[in-house]
Amino acid sequence: MQMDDKKHSASPARTSGVPIMDAEAIRRALRRITHEIIEQNADLKSVVLAGIPLRGVEIARRLAAFIRDVAKIDIETGTIDVAMHRDDVGTRAELPMVHASKLPLPLEHRTLIIVDDVLFTGRTARAAMDAISSFGRPARIQLAALVDRGHRELPIRADYVGKNLPTATREQIQVRLQNVDQEPDAVWLFKE
Amino acid sequence: MSTNWNRKDLLGLRELSADEINFILETTDAFKQVGTREIKKVPALRGKTLVNFFVEPSTRTRTSFELAAFRLSADVINISATTSSLTKGETLKDTARNLEALHADILVLRHSSAGAPQFLAQRLKSSVINAGDGAHEHPTQGLLDLYTIREKRGKIDNLHVVIVGDILFSRVARSNIFGLTKLGARVTLVGPSTLVPREFEKLGVTVSNQIDKVLPDADVVNLLRIQHERQRKEYFPGISEYTTLFGLTKERAKLLKPDCLVMHPGPINRGVEIDSEVADGLQSVILDQVTNGLAVRMAVLYLCGGIAA
Repeated sequence: MQMDDKKHSASPARTSGVPIMDAEAIRRALRRITHEIIEQNADLKSVVLAGIPLRGVEIARRLAAFIRDVAKIDIETGTIDVAMHRDDVGTRAELPMVHASKLPLPLEHRTLIIVDDVLFTGRTARAAMDAISSFGRPARIQLAALVDRGHRELPIRADYVGKNLPTATREQIQVRLQNVDQEPDAVWLFKE
Repeated sequence: MSTNWNRKDLLGLRELSADEINFILETTDAFKQVGTREIKKVPALRGKTLVNFFVEPSTRTRTSFELAAFRLSADVINISATTSSLTKGETLKDTARNLEALHADILVLRHSSAGAPQFLAQRLKSSVINAGDGAHEHPTQGLLDLYTIREKRGKIDNLHVVIVGDILFSRVARSNIFGLTKLGARVTLVGPSTLVPREFEKLGVTVSNQIDKVLPDADVVNLLRIQHERQRKEYFPGISEYTTLFGLTKERAKLLKPDCLVMHPGPINRGVEIDSEVADGLQSVILDQVTNGLAVRMAVLYLCGGIAA
C-alpha cells in the first residue's frame, strides 16, 4: 500500500502499463517468502501475519495457506489499519479509507509480520508499527512485501521481499489480486 | 483506496446521501475498535485544535466530543455560553472568527438557534460540526442511533422505528427521521397531537397518537425526553397524563416484540417517558448508544477534520 498508489484504485488504461509479474511469478514469490518465514522463525506457532488493507490482508491469507501446506501449522492472521496512524492527514485532498484492525491478543511473546503489497517510502510500515504498539508489545516485528520498489524516506527495510524492483519516483506500481480486484493476479509498472 | 468523502462540515443528515451516511457508519466500525485496544488513542488528528463551543448547556454531547477528540490526539478547548464573550455582546460570527484566528481547525457548535452551524460553516475555513442547533438537527445523535440499530439488528432497511414524544421541539427526532428514511426504515411518530403535528407526514413518515396500537409492530422504539425547559404549559396538560398516555411503562413494554430495541438519547426522566425497569431492561440499548456515540464522533471528526483545508 504505497502512498501514491492509492488514487489508482480504479483501473487505469492497461495499455500504458508494463507487466512485471504474472500470477505464476506472484505464486512463486509468495512460496519463497513462505520458506524464508519458516526458516527465520523457529517458533512458527508464535508468528502472526498482519496484513495491511486491502491487498496486504489477501497476501497474508495466501502466505498462511502456503505455511499450512509446507509446515502443517495453522498460523494466525490479522488486519492492521494504518489510515488513522498516518502522519499526512489534513495535508492530502483525499482521505484514506479506515478499516477496523483485528489482531490476536495478547501480542506479548509473539512475532508479528507486517504484510503489504508494495514497499515504497516506508511511511506505511512506520504507521503500521505505531498502530501495533497501541495493541501491545510483540517480541518482534518483521516486514514482508510482495514488491520493494525503493525510494525509502525512513530507516526501514523488509525482512521478506517477493521482488526487488528499481523504479523512478514518478512511476506507479500497481498490484492486482483476483480476490480483491476481480482481475487476474499481476504486478504492473506505469510510466508517467 | 480513497474515500469519496469531501465535506469539511457536518451540519445535518438532511443534506447527506444514503451512501455518505453508510460510509460514516462503516468508518465508525474502525473507530469503535480503537476503544478495545490497550492504548485507546490514535494519532489521526495530532496537531489539530478542536473547539467545543457550547452556547447551550450539554454534558454528555460535549464530553463525548471531547473524549473523541482526545482519542484522535487533537487538542481541545471548551467554551460555554457563560465563559464566552457572547455575554458581553459579541456576535456569534465575531466569536467564531476569533477562534479561527487562533487556528482552531474544528469547531463543534451547540446553539439554541436553528441554522447557526450553517451560518458559520459558510464563513469559516474551519470544519464546523453541528452538535445540536435549536429544534433543527443533531446529526451525530442521529448517526449514533442509526449505528446502534445497525449493530444490534444487522440492518436498517425495512425496520419499523417508532419515535415517541416531543417531536416538535426535537432536533434528535429530525435527524433520526432524515437518516432512517434515507436508509429505508419505516418511521412512525407517536405523541400528543400538539407535539406531533400531521405536518411531519410530509417527511415520509406516519403520525399516530395511539401508542398501544403502534408498539406491537415496532422493531425499535426511540423515546425522546420531555424537554421541560422548552415546554410551555399549553402543549399538554401534565407530566402524569403524558406518562399515562405515552410513557413506556412496565405494563406497556409487554406489548413489544421480544427483539424490539428500546432507545433513548438521554438524559432519561425515569418514570416520565420511560419506567426504570424498561430503561434498565434487556431490550434497552441506551448505554450502547453512549458507547457508540463516542465512536461515531471519532469517525465524524476524522472525516471532516482530516480533509485538507
